[in-house]
Amino acid sequence: MTNTLHRYGDAESFRDDYVVFAICSRGKNEQGALPRLRRFLEMAVPFAPVNLGDARHGGALRPSRSMNPTAHWHRDQTPDFQAVIDGLDAPTTVAAVFDNRVAAEDFLKTVREADLGLSVNISTSIDGAEQCCFAAGILRHSVGYSLGFEGKTEKLPNTQVLSVMTMCGHGMIAGSLAKKMIDWVKEGRRTPEQAVCYLARFCSCGVFNPVRARRILEDARHRTR
Amino acid sequence: MRINPNKCVACGNCTYVCPMGAIYIDPVIKRATVNRDECVECYACFHGMSQEHLNPTMVRTMRRIFQFFRLRFDPEPDVCPTAAFEPEDLVWPRVVRRAFSDPRVPHESTGVEGRGTEEVKTNDVTGRVGEGEVGFTIEFGRPGVGVRFHEIQKMTMALAAAGIVFEKKNPVTTLLTDVATGEIRGDILDEKIMSAIVEIKVPVARTEEVIRMVWEVEKQVDTVVSLGIGARCDSSGEDNVVAPVLERLGYHPQRAKTNTGLGRVTNVAAEAPGRESVGARQ
Repeated sequence: MTNTLHRYGDAESFRDDYVVFAICSRGKNEQGALPRLRRFLEMAVPFAPVNLGDARHGGALRPSRSMNPTAHWHRDQTPDFQAVIDGLDAPTTVAAVFDNRVAAEDFLKTVREADLGLSVNISTSIDGAEQCCFAAGILRHSVGYSLGFEGKTEKLPNTQVLSVMTMCGHGMIAGSLAKKMIDWVKEGRRTPEQAVCYLARFCSCGVFNPVRARRILEDARHRTR
Repeated sequence: MRINPNKCVACGNCTYVCPMGAIYIDPVIKRATVNRDECVECYACFHGMSQEHLNPTMVRTMRRIFQFFRLRFDPEPDVCPTAAFEPEDLVWPRVVRRAFSDPRVPHESTGVEGRGTEEVKTNDVTGRVGEGEVGFTIEFGRPGVGVRFHEIQKMTMALAAAGIVFEKKNPVTTLLTDVATGEIRGDILDEKIMSAIVEIKVPVARTEEVIRMVWEVEKQVDTVVSLGIGARCDSSGEDNVVAPVLERLGYHPQRAKTNTGLGRVTNVAAEAPGRESVGARQ
């Protein structure tokens, strides 16, 4: 799940972005991991995550394979956390996304006490992760730094688009769709809340942060890139 | 991926959702069409868009009427109104595109979804990166640019020439024909993928050397590179080894993923932790 690592932005821009994920390792602790992964997701719900997901089925907002045309006027935009929990059917990476540090800290404490035996990582600003670990009474085991984007960076889109699209590090949120949603919000054709739902459905592992995305879209409405 | 021309109504929704920009409305046939050379088989169009099952003839007629009166057609932007996307049975070497682009497909070599890597995410149970070592994840094509394997090979060959070992449990490593030279199998070199991660580890003392090597190769590759560095924290949970090197080289990391060390080996007959690397001069 390097897909949570290279989000575009500075530390301040991650103030509402805390991804806590659990993963098992083949040959080490995947046997009997499924109920423990499900328990991880269940434990996250009381702390009001803004997204939940698993790497095989996606997040709490999912596309429909058979959409009723009336959905164009009355589309359900409610995240379905229980569907994520119920849909988990094999050991994979599972994630809970929070929009505030206190919730992430409290969740991490609960996970530590549950002693699931899974590798648990937190992806956010470096300071934010340190504070969460400190509050949960955890000494960091390892740290993976993002050094950002290099090489032919002239191929990248503008910073507003980049901030939105990199919230799916697997690249499932196209830069052109992120740009289109920013434009639609600017034009008043959709609200940031609606635009964020369209984007979230493309994230295939549920680590997209709709709260941070909404803030970026709202910001992009008023500011130039 | 293919778009069934008998179903497509050329609404254009899919042209925006393709991460590679490989879908366009063909002006001759007036249907959405996939540029197969640029398509990385990520399935974002198929999996990400909701599907309606409307009658194509009816939708085309409505669109013509709207167009005649210059009325703006404003449907939901993430919907294919006629479920026109049809996955193909991919064969080698094209199947490698999907393996490195569709995150829902676990890599056969590692059993991990996404880009198929574990890195330091499971370091607490694998011991992959130990104290005094630095793990690198050099990812090509991300975000949203894509890459062909012949570009990645420039990096693997440079690393191999420097005697650097590759992580064994990594999808790119499994495609090397010779880990001593860093050559990637020839039949996939022109295949385009969303992104791939080359994983290596070196002693801390070689950190700066590797970063400078990456900088040099980056100038030669026609894509973007996302660089990540993983380190084992000390007994007080601090990293006082790698961070100073990064600072000296002008990096000011803002974001990191932190392994909390809560994992443990629970399999009945688990493999013992140890080095899992292959390379020229082990």
